[in-house]
Amino acid sequence: MFSKEEIAQRIAKEIKDGYYVNLGIGIPTLVANYIPKGINVVLQSENGLLGMGPFPFEGEEDADLINAGKQTITTLPGSSIFDSAMSFGMIRAQKVDLTILGAMEVSENGDIANWKIPGKMVKGMGGAMDLVASAKNIIVAMQHINKAGESKLLPKCTLPLTGVKCIKKIVTELAVLDILPEGGFKLLERAPGVSIEFIQQSTAGRLVVEGEIPEMKLD
Amino acid sequence: MINKVVSGAEEAITDISDGATIMLGGFGLCGIPENCINALVTKQVKNLTCISNNAGVDDFGIGLMLKQRQVKKMISSYVGENAEFERQLLSGELEVDLIPQGTLATRCLAAGYGMPAIFTPAGVGTEVAEGKEVRNFDGKDYLMEYAFDADFAIVKAWKGDTAGNLIFRSTSRNFNPVMAMAGKITIAEVEELVEAGELDPDYIHTPGIYVHRIFQGKDYEKRIEQRTVRKSEV
Repeated sequence: MFSKEEIAQRIAKEIKDGYYVNLGIGIPTLVANYIPKGINVVLQSENGLLGMGPFPFEGEEDADLINAGKQTITTLPGSSIFDSAMSFGMIRAQKVDLTILGAMEVSENGDIANWKIPGKMVKGMGGAMDLVASAKNIIVAMQHINKAGESKLLPKCTLPLTGVKCIKKIVTELAVLDILPEGGFKLLERAPGVSIEFIQQSTAGRLVVEGEIPEMKLD
Repeated sequence: MINKVVSGAEEAITDISDGATIMLGGFGLCGIPENCINALVTKQVKNLTCISNNAGVDDFGIGLMLKQRQVKKMISSYVGENAEFERQLLSGELEVDLIPQGTLATRCLAAGYGMPAIFTPAGVGTEVAEGKEVRNFDGKDYLMEYAFDADFAIVKAWKGDTAGNLIFRSTSRNFNPVMAMAGKITIAEVEELVEAGELDPDYIHTPGIYVHRIFQGKDYEKRIEQRTVRKSEV
């Protein structure tokens, strides 16, 4: 079973040279730590920055320079700053190559829910609805099962939706899965030591297993 | 050159009265108009509709106005940092319109560009789409979202001149330029106010035509929400 760091590490392998990438809050943020050497990527932060650098050294924090998670960050040579409308303009116009975000639920037809639990938690969608509605390439980083042991990969989402039929790939602590155009979670890889049976039990939606399913590799 | 300078926050907000719709720039606590928020808290105007990406934190930013129940309705994209906000929302004391962040920014942009509405795919098929017109362009559905109609926009810039031209610094730019364009009356507070002519016209982010009142702000706290650092390399 993978840790959050290992989920991030596995997703990082999907990043290609020359990509502009938007990383969501949570596990997606960790992906930045595992971008393979020799690959040039530019991280977009939707509050208005391209070319997000690492956290500042202690004492060099700048209150005017934060990421979408409100963390202090730095710029890099080649960075640019712009306003919020332009930031979502480039997202809507599909200039951003890859979006990685978290989810509470994903359904077998690619719907995603990650912004609201009615009556309990109302934080808002932030930029997630814009991202999932426009991005051509979205990877969801999420836990396969919740704390109560229930599957988060469902036939149909139970929570209010963030977007419809927009998710194509999911990486969890158990598996890498694609969402098929006709619906269903196609199992591509399993975490080391995790059986197909266990993944089957942990997936409430339709799981498609064809042929040999290799273990995920991180290097 | 037309002089837009007012004495300070108190004068700048003098005609903001109960029931007004106001936009407030900033992302999280970054680039928020601290001076004007404090003046609104002191003035105790009520029943405000506030359009702002976030709602501050419990004891800073718009959170200060929420605590005093000055806000009737909040239009935001993300309010997760404010426990009092979530409490007022879940108990029904506060009216809240949560909208996608890009929709929020682009509805400001539309107002500033003189366009009545925009079409965006954000929210199609979700509860955000309820009651909204859907149009299909080239096989994809889009929601029609109206330009904002705000009585006042209050923004914070790094530098400004007496003619109302503004320059923002780093990611404190965020919503400020698009909100500056969108208010019927736009108020700008700046860290450094200079004479017209001192800023290079090529480097102006917001032309003074959009700004009605400008003043030199003071005592900026610039609170950091998530102080994240790395260890120095020895």
